[in-house]
Amino acid sequence: MGTSVTTPTPLKEGSTFEPKITAFVCNWCTYAGADLTGTSRIRYQPNVRVIRFPCTGRIDFMLILKAFAHGSDGVIVSGCHPNDCHYTTGNYLARRRWIVFRDVLEFTGIDLRRLTFAWVSAAEGAKWAELVDEVTDRVRALGPYREYQALASAGIE
Amino acid sequence: MSRIGVFVCHCGENIAGTVDCAVVAEAARSLRGVVHSVDYKYMCSDPGQKLLKEAIRDKNLDGVVVAACSPRMHEPTFRAAAEEAGLNAYQCEMANLREHCSWVHAKGEATTAKAIDLVRIQVEKVKRNAPLRPIRVPVARTALVLGGGIAGIQAALDIANAGNQVILVERSPSIGGHMSQLSETFPTLDCSQCILTPRMVEVARHPQITLYTYAELERLDGFIGNFKATIRKRARKVDEKICNGCGVCTQKCPVKKIPDEFNEGLSMRRAIYVPFPQAVPNRPVIDTANCTFFKSGKCRACEKLCTAKAIRFDQQDEVVTREVGAVVLATGFRTMGTNQFPEYGYGRYPDLIDGLKFERLASASGPTSGAIKRPSDGKIPETVVFIACAGSRDEQKGVSYCSKICCMYTAKHAMLYRHKVHGGKAYVFYMDVRAAGKNYDEFVRRAVEEDGVKYLRGRVSRVYPDKGQLVVKGVDTLLGGEPLEIRADMVVLATAVQAQHGSEELAQKLHVAYDKYRFFAEAHPKLRPVETNTAGIFLAGACQSPRDIPESVAQASGAAAKVCGLFSRPELAREPIVAVVDRQPPPVFSHCVGCFLCRSACPYQAIEEEAIRTRNGEIIRTVAHVNAGLCQGCGTCVATCRTKAIDLQGFTNEQVFAEVVAI
Repeated sequence: MGTSVTTPTPLKEGSTFEPKITAFVCNWCTYAGADLTGTSRIRYQPNVRVIRFPCTGRIDFMLILKAFAHGSDGVIVSGCHPNDCHYTTGNYLARRRWIVFRDVLEFTGIDLRRLTFAWVSAAEGAKWAELVDEVTDRVRALGPYREYQALASAGIE
Repeated sequence: MSRIGVFVCHCGENIAGTVDCAVVAEAARSLRGVVHSVDYKYMCSDPGQKLLKEAIRDKNLDGVVVAACSPRMHEPTFRAAAEEAGLNAYQCEMANLREHCSWVHAKGEATTAKAIDLVRIQVEKVKRNAPLRPIRVPVARTALVLGGGIAGIQAALDIANAGNQVILVERSPSIGGHMSQLSETFPTLDCSQCILTPRMVEVARHPQITLYTYAELERLDGFIGNFKATIRKRARKVDEKICNGCGVCTQKCPVKKIPDEFNEGLSMRRAIYVPFPQAVPNRPVIDTANCTFFKSGKCRACEKLCTAKAIRFDQQDEVVTREVGAVVLATGFRTMGTNQFPEYGYGRYPDLIDGLKFERLASASGPTSGAIKRPSDGKIPETVVFIACAGSRDEQKGVSYCSKICCMYTAKHAMLYRHKVHGGKAYVFYMDVRAAGKNYDEFVRRAVEEDGVKYLRGRVSRVYPDKGQLVVKGVDTLLGGEPLEIRADMVVLATAVQAQHGSEELAQKLHVAYDKYRFFAEAHPKLRPVETNTAGIFLAGACQSPRDIPESVAQASGAAAKVCGLFSRPELAREPIVAVVDRQPPPVFSHCVGCFLCRSACPYQAIEEEAIRTRNGEIIRTVAHVNAGLCQGCGTCVATCRTKAIDLQGFTNEQVFAEVVAI
């Protein structure tokens, strides 16, 4: 531990780095919202790979670390807005866990700019496209996340 | 070693137009465990499904990935096909190449590369899928309909006429909704109440409909086929069963100055009142906020005069719970108030009214018995200006959408006014006339050509009072954009249709999605317009988006058909996506350590304690156990469990970690 990984190497001009973004989404709000983006034919950048869960409450934080360890440069976690959870309170537990987890990550030196939490409802197709574009642009500017992959492969994960 | 089959769908040009499907199928073939991979034009078509079934049999596949549209669209189709070919339905997964890839990205290598990734993720998942069996649950053949407007009435009647039980819950003291307030209806000008009241009465005397008026849904628990509805019947302070509706109390109550909601405040009602003469049920209700007895403990005039002795000052709210199998949401809409328009005087001018007030003025049962009179002085207005799109299609007012019904009712209002006031002048300021519907455009033409209504294309910038009249400053963009000033005796705003008050809270109670305007969201904008994302909850009428009467009725019948379809089966197959706590052979028994953190996370109280005993009955350990009947499969417990002893079927740790690693 103790390795500072908060300042990733910026890419040189003209480079063709395309970030890999992993999105953990719930089935009822954000997955359906992303479907609506498709049905509405709203374009966004193709860097994101969506993994579907029943609820954001199901999303174990080990999954997020695993995603970073296996080459994701950015992670999105998105579910129902507060009060709108299909399972009543799953998103609240996700939020609570996130608050704790964020502090832990920050303490261990993980770059929090690479991890985005959002609420995207089933009716917010346009918001999903905006979110993905925003995160993709941000992570592209940050460059590849080799630091954590190195840490993980060294067995610190 | 797995034997996985991959089927890449072109969806005509929908996927193949941007994704190179042959390349995806080729790439899938090289994945570990994949023994068969093809691309085909339409996987969901009959030959496409046949292709899938034959491959399962011929290649002896133990898992399939259909790379096509969203699993929310065709997962049931392909799972059924897999089942028919002898594979367990839950050994079939879908990669979403259409909604999440081809429809949202440009044609190119990156898009095809993403498609390959999506397939690989699902291949890794399906390798770890376990065969599952659907959970069979009984269906309570009673429908709960929320909202007693025309949509709710139609849905209730259709469901009940098919032989099912219906509970119709209405928030106000009578059913009828907005339609009961209307004078005439477009495009036929037939009387609204004349066509509505027979239906209202039919609801009241239908043996299979239980009507709860002056009642609201408090909570809804459970799931499709097995909801438990908690309904609060607010105290009317009148015994509905004893009261005979004679109406003496409503004539003798000394409190007379309460604005009448049904007449949009154009007349006054008493503290004990029946909302309108044709109300169903025709039983009065005491408005406890205004009743002298409830305010000062004196009066009791109604009690003394009631011959049936039906007044119950001590009546309390009653909370009832009912088992229901399906819910139809038909809670309707409200209109934006005239007080939302600073440019039109914040609703301070009595002669500037909204469309609903005009309906009451024009209605034969209204405060003026159908005569068009100004609210301020009762004079017959000689000039009336109608302003369409008041709030609608106006982002400043937070309403970007078209309210849909205003073009038609404004034409109707202008027409009714011209029929009733022969020498009167009617002007309509409009942005566009949107009269799409059977006989709708003809109706607007009739207003212009036969009834001489002057249509002016332009917006009104300001309305202000001057010498007993209202000065309307606008512009006619078709006449060169010259400013225009009309001195009107009355101004009618076609204010925007908005989501009903409390719709957000109701959506949250029912766990249905809603849009940014608080209208309830349908499961699919085109193909599932009457369903919500929550199984067993359906939509009818203007609670989904602005709708007119014919559309509301059609949608209500559609929702009713969905409910009847659900009720036609003796039992339902529920997805076996439930959590399970692992069991190990002794002496481990389970990885569960009995901390019961999962119980604190579970929203459904589905976690129970299970004692592991010796043969003599001594408790060795207490571990968690999931009640599969209560579990809804959110998986929150899984993420909470410290020892990973609890797992979610269909989304197991093994599966989801494999998916992440596959990216």
